[in-house]
Parts: sequence; C-alpha cells; structure tokens
Amino acid sequence: MKTCNILLAGFGGQGILFAGKVLAYAGLIDNKQLTWLPSYGPEMRGGTCNCSVVMSDESIGSPLVVTPDVLIAMNLPSLEKFAGKVVKGGTIILDSSIIDKKVERDDVNVFYVDATKLAEENGMEGLSNIILVGKMFKELGFCSEEALFKAIDKCVPARKAEMVEKNKEALRIGMGQ
Amino acid sequence: MGEKVLMKGNEALAEAAIQAGCRHYFGYPITPQTEIAAYMSKRMPKVGGCFLQAESEVAAINMVLGASSAGVRAMTSSSSPGISLKSEGVSYIAGSDLPALIINVQRGGPGLGGIQPSQSDYWQATKALGHGDFQLFVLAPSTIQEMVDFVSLGYEVGEKYRIPTMILSDGMLGQMMEPVEFPEAKETAQAEKTWATNGHKNKRKKNIINSLYIEPQVLEDLVKERFERYEKIKATEQRAEEYLVDDADIVVVAFGASARVSRNAVNMAREAGIKAGLIRPITLWPFPENTIKKAVSHTKDFLCVEMNMGQMVDDVRLCVEGKSEVSFFGRTGGMIPTPEEVFNEIKKLSEKEAK
Repeated sequence: MKTCNILLAGFGGQGILFAGKVLAYAGLIDNKQLTWLPSYGPEMRGGTCNCSVVMSDESIGSPLVVTPDVLIAMNLPSLEKFAGKVVKGGTIILDSSIIDKKVERDDVNVFYVDATKLAEENGMEGLSNIILVGKMFKELGFCSEEALFKAIDKCVPARKAEMVEKNKEALRIGMGQ
Repeated sequence: MGEKVLMKGNEALAEAAIQAGCRHYFGYPITPQTEIAAYMSKRMPKVGGCFLQAESEVAAINMVLGASSAGVRAMTSSSSPGISLKSEGVSYIAGSDLPALIINVQRGGPGLGGIQPSQSDYWQATKALGHGDFQLFVLAPSTIQEMVDFVSLGYEVGEKYRIPTMILSDGMLGQMMEPVEFPEAKETAQAEKTWATNGHKNKRKKNIINSLYIEPQVLEDLVKERFERYEKIKATEQRAEEYLVDDADIVVVAFGASARVSRNAVNMAREAGIKAGLIRPITLWPFPENTIKKAVSHTKDFLCVEMNMGQMVDDVRLCVEGKSEVSFFGRTGGMIPTPEEVFNEIKKLSEKEAK
C-alpha cells in the first residue's frame, strides 16, 4: 500500500466519525502514517457529515480526501455527491438498506451491504457503520485483522465498555458479507 | 518518547500546554478552536490549575496579562474574530514586555467570515496584532506533532526575550487527528523571572508591570531596547523546513495547512520530471529570510501558496529582491487548495520557463 484515501459520508448520528476513527487507530496500531479529518460546522446537526482518513507508508501531505480510493456511503446525498469523485478502479461500499439506487459507473468496484437491516436483525442498532468497515476490511485488507479489532478497544470510550464486544461482532458480520 | 496516540490538534495542543507547566488558561468559545477550552476545562482542575471561561475575549486576554505579570505560564486561545477582539490586550502585553501564549486557530474572514480553515490572519499575526511598534514570536505548525512541540518552544523563546508568542494554526490542524507523541516529562524548571510581580517579601525592590510611559524619551528608549531584542530573535530564532530545495528550479513557499497540500504537489511535480521543492516557514516572525535568500541563486520561480488572497508573498518578495520571479496561488474563504491545483500552477511555471 502506498497511500489509501478513504472518505466516509452519511448523516450526522450514523457514526461516520467513529468509523473513521476505528480505521485511523487500526492504521496507527500497524505503524502506518495516517490522518483523520472531519467535516465540521452547522451542517452536522441532522445534515450530512463526512470524514477523510488517509493511510500511507509515507508521510502524508493533505489530509483532505478529494478523490477517494474508497468511499463508504451511508445515505443517498453522500453517494450522489461523492460517487463521481472516486478514482478509477476504486471502491464504493454502501448501505443498501438506506440507499436504494445503484451506482452508475462500471470503472469502480461497488459493494452493496444491507448494513442497517443486518444491524437491526442482530440486535446491534447503530452499528451499521462498523459492519461497513468490516466489509471494507474483507475486500481491501488495508490493515492487519489484529489491529482492526484492537482499534475497537481503543475507540470505544470506557463509559461504554459494554459496546466493545458488540462492535467486534459488527466487524465480524461485515467481514462475512 | 512515549506511546503514539491519536488526538485532535486542538486537544493535543491543550495537553501540551498542561505538560509544559501552563496552569492558567483563560478563554472564550469560538469554532474551530473550542476543543482547546473544552479540554482545558476537564484537565485543569485535575492538575490544580485554573480554567476560566471569561465573559469575553477582551476579558480573557487581560487575565493572561495579569497572570503573566505574576510570572506564571498563561495561555489563551481563540479563532480569527476573537483574536481581533484580543488585539488591544496583546499590544499591552507586548508593551509590558511579558511572555504569554496566544493561540489562533484561524477561520475565514473578514468580519465573522466563516468557520472553515483559513490563513488570512498572516498579516495580523506578523505585522500588526494591535497598535504600536511591536512584534510577536509567531510559530506556524503544520502537523499535530508541531501543535504539541511548539507550545514549549513558544514559552521558552517568549520567556527568554520577554515577548508574547502566537501559535498561528488553522481549522484544519485544529480539527484533524494524527499520531502524536508527547515528550518525556522533563524538569519544568523555568528560568527565574526576576521581573515578575509575585511578592517581594521585603527581600527585593518592588517590580512594576506597566505599558504607560508619558515621557517620550523614556518610551523611545524602551521601544529601542525592545527592538534590539527583536534583532537578536531575527538572528537566532528563524526556522524553516526545506524539502527537495537543493536542486529546485521552482520553489513553493507555504506554511501550515497549505504546506501539507504543497508537499503533495511538489511530489507530483517531481514525478512529472519538474524540479520543484518546498520551503515551509515555521517561524512566520521572524520570517526565515536566510532560507529564502539561500535558495534564490538556483530558483527561477518562487510560488507562494496560501489560504488567503496573498499575504506572506510580500515577505517572500522582500527576500527575493527581484532576483527571481515570485508568483502567488491561493484559495480563501475557508476553501482548501487541492494538490492538483497547486501542481497545475507549478506546471504552468515550468512550461513558461521552457519557452
């Protein structure tokens, strides 16, 4: 891996920033260079939210992802805004429970994951974000499996310790898709 | 060095200040720097320090003046419009020969402007953050590690020369996370501040901190003495990073967030066979004249890249003295230039030179 530019996008409250943080910590544990940059501002309240994560073996210049190698899209406005920006040969992973449209490009790899439905069926509402991260890991293997699971330990705050296992289970569900 | 952790720039800077012995923080919320105040509000009580959310930016900077007068490491932080409000107090701090740490996490301006990252306070920070003849020691971090490292550097240089320090950051650096290491806890023994108004206990003459001098000759003498210190700072404290500059025909000059973008663009140019390099001023005042001047002999074109309408480019032109071409590319209002945009500018210069 030289540099992997990842963009996660969806509604505020879907755990976009958290999912980005898990990716970032996984990279950190694997001793990669990385940056995490959130969108910030009034648009976050109920509106769209996105997060750039750059992982690299070399030092990173701009942390702002304009042309992603990987797009994780969790709502339609995000897909419409960013699908065209993904590099040729790049990857789009989307939550098909929420987005009922197909991606109209044949030069990218698209994975449709019924993430919100899967989360609900497995009693883990709100973890569709992590299911999508699990799918991304399965398809791209951007870090070691050990680092990805350790990243969950790092990212879940102590006051929500009971969520650690649920997040890990969500990763496994995503990896099984 | 300790373990690498992931932290937002704002939070890392706040933690660094606490580790550097800052126990007096006075602030007021404003996007995109509010995490500094929020972090301080949680951490300060645990280390026996003082976190105070003032009633306004003006109050906060005057509290810094008071705390610094007593010889402690004090700090305030804000973003562009809030820094303008602090400018009177900054001038008083400089006029009182006090060290103090002032953080500007810049956003778009003028006026209330916007809340996205910007570098449009370069002129304010380096030329006139308030009235009167004075300078600040201005540091421009471009990584989260530098957001940490420049806190203690800022205090040390500020205390050595009795000059306020500004860390000129921006919304991108404040909000982003990157791995960062905190230095091993070192002796926080600070140089003795013989000038501080911290109680003479009948053992020395009383100290007075003041910026009012009615007698013109007295004031002129004091300002001249201060400017002798500024000359020493110019001679000893210039800092810049050079990247692929030695053989470069085209040198990009950029600081902070725009330097990160420019570094990508320089790499793209090298891959395209263009000899491009990057000079990244780390101290904005004193401006790293020596580094720019050294590069003039082999540089055909300097390209200044900033997130404003062209401010630092004036200082680059002063150093280049017309010996090479100096051009400018910038985005403003909260827009961040892309590496492709900067690369295109480099390419244009390269094509022009080839003609």
